[in-house]
Amino acid sequence: MIRFQNITKIYPPNTAALEGVSFEVKKGEFVSLVGKSGAGKTTLLRLLLAEEVPTEGEVLFEDQNVHMIPFDDLPYLRRKIGVVFQDYKLLRSKTAFENIAFVMEAMGVEDEVIQREVADVLTIVGLEERANNFPDQLSGGEKQRLAIARAFVHRPEVVVADEPTGNLDPYNTREIIRLLVKINSLGTTTILATHNKDVVNQLGKRVITLDQGKLVRDEERGKFMI
Amino acid sequence: MLILFQRIIRLGLEKIRRDRGTAGAALFAMTSAIAMATFLFFLQGVSAHLVEALRNAADISTYFTEETAEEDILQVRDQLLTFPEVTRVEYVSKDQALAQFQEVHKNDPAILESLEALGENPLLASLNITAQNPAEYRRIAEYLEQESLAPFIEDVDYREREPIIGRLTRLASGIQLGILLVSLGLAIIAVFMIFNTVRLTILNSKEEIEIMRLVGASNWFIQGPFVVEGVVIGFLSALIMFLLLIPIAAFFGGRMEGFLSGFHIFTFFTSNIFSLLLLQLGVGVGLGVISSVIAVRRYLNV
Repeated sequence: MIRFQNITKIYPPNTAALEGVSFEVKKGEFVSLVGKSGAGKTTLLRLLLAEEVPTEGEVLFEDQNVHMIPFDDLPYLRRKIGVVFQDYKLLRSKTAFENIAFVMEAMGVEDEVIQREVADVLTIVGLEERANNFPDQLSGGEKQRLAIARAFVHRPEVVVADEPTGNLDPYNTREIIRLLVKINSLGTTTILATHNKDVVNQLGKRVITLDQGKLVRDEERGKFMI
Repeated sequence: MLILFQRIIRLGLEKIRRDRGTAGAALFAMTSAIAMATFLFFLQGVSAHLVEALRNAADISTYFTEETAEEDILQVRDQLLTFPEVTRVEYVSKDQALAQFQEVHKNDPAILESLEALGENPLLASLNITAQNPAEYRRIAEYLEQESLAPFIEDVDYREREPIIGRLTRLASGIQLGILLVSLGLAIIAVFMIFNTVRLTILNSKEEIEIMRLVGASNWFIQGPFVVEGVVIGFLSALIMFLLLIPIAAFFGGRMEGFLSGFHIFTFFTSNIFSLLLLQLGVGVGLGVISSVIAVRRYLNV
């Protein structure tokens, strides 16, 4: 479903963020991308979203090179990929409900469907009482659950989470991982970038380890080893 | 498509309602820019009025001999009116000239007595000629001074009036140039002010615009609400300025008339009310749309 083929990314003047990275993610898989800060995890995810262009290599999503997609068509790719960011990236001027509804509104989904789906997702992430609150009125854990709800509400084919537990306490970390596993169990391909050893070890799923921009390990039921 | 369009309008109105501080700042800047555009509109009116007044003052007269019959004078007048550069030819008969003279000197008994002592009207019939461009008076004077008209013409005052005409012409050109420069300066300031305000207000939304791109919103769905906001603020600003202008024009109308050589602000306002309203709406809505499109575009690069 997703293929990174011999990806190299060099930031000027001469900083190599990724060097010759290749791997494939199959439909329905749960993959953890692990590595120290600066290992290249976030760069890989940004390349998948076509936020960045690789210096060499190709990123294929359903056999389509994402960097050959015209700029105006990128929204169609991004609607297939729900993203959870470490810093949440919520729309501060919109309520929790509106943040979740935004993607569906942009896609032109009917109002009744949006009302129903958003309410369901709010219940799944346990934020039904916070529907009318703005992001600044939510705790860190609530913000991240909101971000997951937004990433998942329109049923994308892939959910990508970049250090989603980086700013959270152990209780909220467990909650977020539980939600990601649940999303994956519904058939959504899930990619989790993290440097949280406990999280990765408890998951018992595929682990791809990056070190200084290079892929050093790819194990089916991996452990966090750096 | 319709549902997206309705959502864009709703999101734009919601933006104004939620972020009143930013909308207020944009409204203030836009109203100031429209005020400048309105001021320029009036300035052009004043300029045109003054230049017209100066050009009318820069006329020449030709005096006819005592013996010239009125029909000959009128024939010369008709001939002059066929010149494309001649805008006005006024015939002043001997009697009218006398009446005007008496009116001008009504407070000067010595002059009136000497006139009476003469026992006859010493003034001559004349034609006052106004040209489109003062530079054309030379050609008109040359026409009047030609041999075939010599028996009828006593005098053409072009030579005496030439220096005055030159000064008036230079003054009119100076006023026009000065007002054009002031207008250009103010227009640049107004556009710059609006662009900066809108840029600053959209800078606050930079992060939101990027997030919207990343979660899969199309460019026009992101840009739309900003454009709606620009249109609404532009429209409201134009309306505010228009309503403010009514009492201002009424207040200064009579008070400034003398200072502006007979230019009545309120009369100018009422006779140009639709052009002015169109200008204000055009500046408000146009600048609102253009500046928001340009400003949002800068952040749609993700």
